[in-house]
Amino acid sequence: MAFKGTIEIDRQRCKGCSVCIANCPMECIRLSKAVNSKGYRYAELANDACIGCASCATVCPDSVITVYRVKI
Amino acid sequence: MDSVTDIRKPENIVYRKPALLTDNIMHYCPGCSHGTVHKIIAEVIEEMGIQDRTIGISPVGCSVFAYNYIDIDWQEAAHGRAPALATAAKRLNPDKYVFTYQGDGDLASIGTAEIIHACSRGENIVVVFINNGIYGMTGGQMAPTTLLGMKTSTTPYGRDAKLNGFPLKITEMLAALDGTAFITRQAVHTAAAVRKTKNAIRKGFEYSMKDIGLSFIEVVSTCNSGWKLSPVEANKWMTEHMFEKYPLGDIKDVLK
Amino acid sequence: MTEKILLKGNEAIALSAIRNGVDGYFGYPITPQSEVMETLMKEKPWETTGMVVLQAESELSSINMVYGGACCGKKVMTSSSSPGISLMAEGISYIAGAELPCVIVDVMRGGPGLGTIQPSQSDYFQAVKGGGHGDYHCIVLAPASPQDMYDFVDWGFDLAFKYRNPVMILADGIIGQLMEKVEMHPVKPRRTDEEILRDAPWATVGKPASRARNVITSLSLDANTQEEFNRKLLVKYGKIKENEVKYIGYRTEDAEYLFVAFGCSARICEAATDMLREEGIKAGLLRPVTLYPFPEKEISRLAGQVKSMMSIELSLGQMVEDVRLAADGRCPVGFYGRQGGNIFTPEEIVSEFKKFNNIA
Repeated sequence: MAFKGTIEIDRQRCKGCSVCIANCPMECIRLSKAVNSKGYRYAELANDACIGCASCATVCPDSVITVYRVKI
Repeated sequence: MDSVTDIRKPENIVYRKPALLTDNIMHYCPGCSHGTVHKIIAEVIEEMGIQDRTIGISPVGCSVFAYNYIDIDWQEAAHGRAPALATAAKRLNPDKYVFTYQGDGDLASIGTAEIIHACSRGENIVVVFINNGIYGMTGGQMAPTTLLGMKTSTTPYGRDAKLNGFPLKITEMLAALDGTAFITRQAVHTAAAVRKTKNAIRKGFEYSMKDIGLSFIEVVSTCNSGWKLSPVEANKWMTEHMFEKYPLGDIKDVLK
Repeated sequence: MTEKILLKGNEAIALSAIRNGVDGYFGYPITPQSEVMETLMKEKPWETTGMVVLQAESELSSINMVYGGACCGKKVMTSSSSPGISLMAEGISYIAGAELPCVIVDVMRGGPGLGTIQPSQSDYFQAVKGGGHGDYHCIVLAPASPQDMYDFVDWGFDLAFKYRNPVMILADGIIGQLMEKVEMHPVKPRRTDEEILRDAPWATVGKPASRARNVITSLSLDANTQEEFNRKLLVKYGKIKENEVKYIGYRTEDAEYLFVAFGCSARICEAATDMLREEGIKAGLLRPVTLYPFPEKEISRLAGQVKSMMSIELSLGQMVEDVRLAADGRCPVGFYGRQGGNIFTPEEIVSEFKKFNNIA
C-alpha cells in the first residue's frame, strides 16, 4: 500500500532546529530562505515526495508540524 | 493523485500537537530534547484520559517552566526535592497519577538523597529523568553525568577523573533498589526512539497504579547550546559518545 | 465529656494531630522531639482516620514532603528540633513563597551547631525573623504547656489556611518533655476531597475541564512581578499583625515592673512575679503567645506604665531586641538569660531583677 502525505508547519513557532530535516526519510523538508518574526529560518516542504510518515513531527521539539496522509 | 490542498483536510491528520500542550512558545533552545519529552508526556496523559487525575512536579533547571507547557496541575519543587513532593502527593492521593520531571543536576547531584530514598521506599510514582550531561540553565557547567573529557564551563579542559570524579550512572544504581518496578534508558533523537520513550512513559504511568513501586525513565538527551553544537550535530555526538556510557534499553521490569 | 490524660508535650502534638483531622505528618528523628513521630507510629492513624505518617530520609526531605502535601490542599505538618529546622529553612522559604498552609513544630535545643539536646530558646531569631532566604515570615506560636501543644496544632492549621502561610509552633525541650494533664478536645474529622476543593481551590489535585490548571510555584523571573508579590505578602503580614496578636498578661494591671517571657521561661517568670509581689514589689509578666505577630502594641502601652522591663530568655538575648523596639526608649529594658540547656530558677530571676533595678 502506498501513501501520499503532506505537512503543515507553524512558521512562527518553528525555531529552525532542523531535527525534522535530519529525520525525514524522503528528504522533502528544507530550511526557508526567509526568517520568521523571531529571526529563525523555518522548516518548509521542499518537494512533493512526502509520504506522511510523521517522523518529522514526532521528533519536532516544538510541536510545530501537522501531518496529513491519504492512501493511494 | 491528490494534490497537497486535497490532502490537507482534518480527516487526513495523522499527527498534530497534542491538545494537552499549551500554546505557549517553549523557552527552550532550538532542538532541545525537553520539548520532545514534554510532548510525549502530554500525549500519554491525553491518550490515557487522566488529565484530571495527574499531578506533575517540575524541577529546578531548564525545565523549571514545564508547568507553562503541559496543561495539568503542577507543583514546582526546590532543586532536587521533586521526589519528596511527589511522595507526599501520591501517599495523600493514592488515586492520582504523580510524576516528577528532573534533569541530571537536579536528580543526580543535589537531589541524590531524595531520588534514592523515593526509589528505596517504592513510591508509586513516575520519574522522568533528562540526562544531557550538563547544567543547561546556569550556562553549561559540569553535571554528575558529564562524560570524561567533556568540556563544560567548569571543566574547560575536559572532565578529568582525578579532579572531577567519574560520571554517575545513577539509573543502574536505582535499578539495584528493591522499591523500583521499571527502569529504562531511552532517547528522543529519532522517530523510533521517541515512540519507544513514549511507550516507556506510558508503562510507567500504568505501573504507578499497580502498587509495585517506582518507575524511572531516563532520557539521554542533548543540550546543543551547552555542548556548543548544532541540534543535528548534537544528536550525532550523543549517539557516538553518550550511548557508549549510557546504553539504551530496559534495565529492570518487575512484571517481565 | 472531654477526656483528660497525662501527656508529654510531644505526645500531645501527635494525639492532637490525629484528633484534629491532620492528613499527613512527615518527620525525621531528632532529640528532644522524637516522641512526636514515635507516638504517631504507635497510634497507627492510617488505620483509623486515614492520616499518612512517614519517616523521611532527612529533614530536607520531610519539609519538602510537607510542601508537596500542602500543594494538594492537605493539612500536613512536620516536627523537628533546632539543627533539623536549619535544614528545613530552604523548604520553609519555598512554602512561604508559594503561600502554602502547613504547621512546623520546633522543639528547640541549645546551639549553635550540634549544640546540646537540652532546652533552649535560642532559635527565636530563626523562627520569627524568617530563617530561610527572602522576605517572609512564619506565624510563630509559643506554647507554654502540653495543653498548649495540644491546642496549638488545630489553632495553627486554622491560621495556616486562613492566611495561606506556614505556621511554626516554637516550643522547647522542656515543653516537649514535660508531662501534664491534657484535655483532649472532641475529635475533628479529616476534610473530604470536596471540602478541600471548597477550602483550597488552588490545590493541585488534577485539572478538571472546568478550570484552568493550578500551578504552585515561588518563581517569578520578572522584577516587577516579584516586587508585586513581595508587597502582597506585606499586606498579608499587616493583616496578621492586625488580627492575630495573642498574649497573656499576668498581674500587669497595676504592675510597676514587667517581665516579658515566652514558653517555659514564662512559667518560671510567673513564679518570680509572685515572689516579688510577696515582697511588696509590684511585678507583672507579659507572655507573648504569638511571637510573630509580636504583641508590640501591648508592650508599648505597658512601657508607658512600668518603671522598667526585663526580657527573660533561654538565649543570649534575642526577643529582647523586639521588646526594646516596642518599648521605644520609654522605659529601660533589661535582659537575663541562660544558655546551653541550663535553666534559671525563680530565685535567680528575682536576684537578677533586683540587680537590674537597683533594689536591695
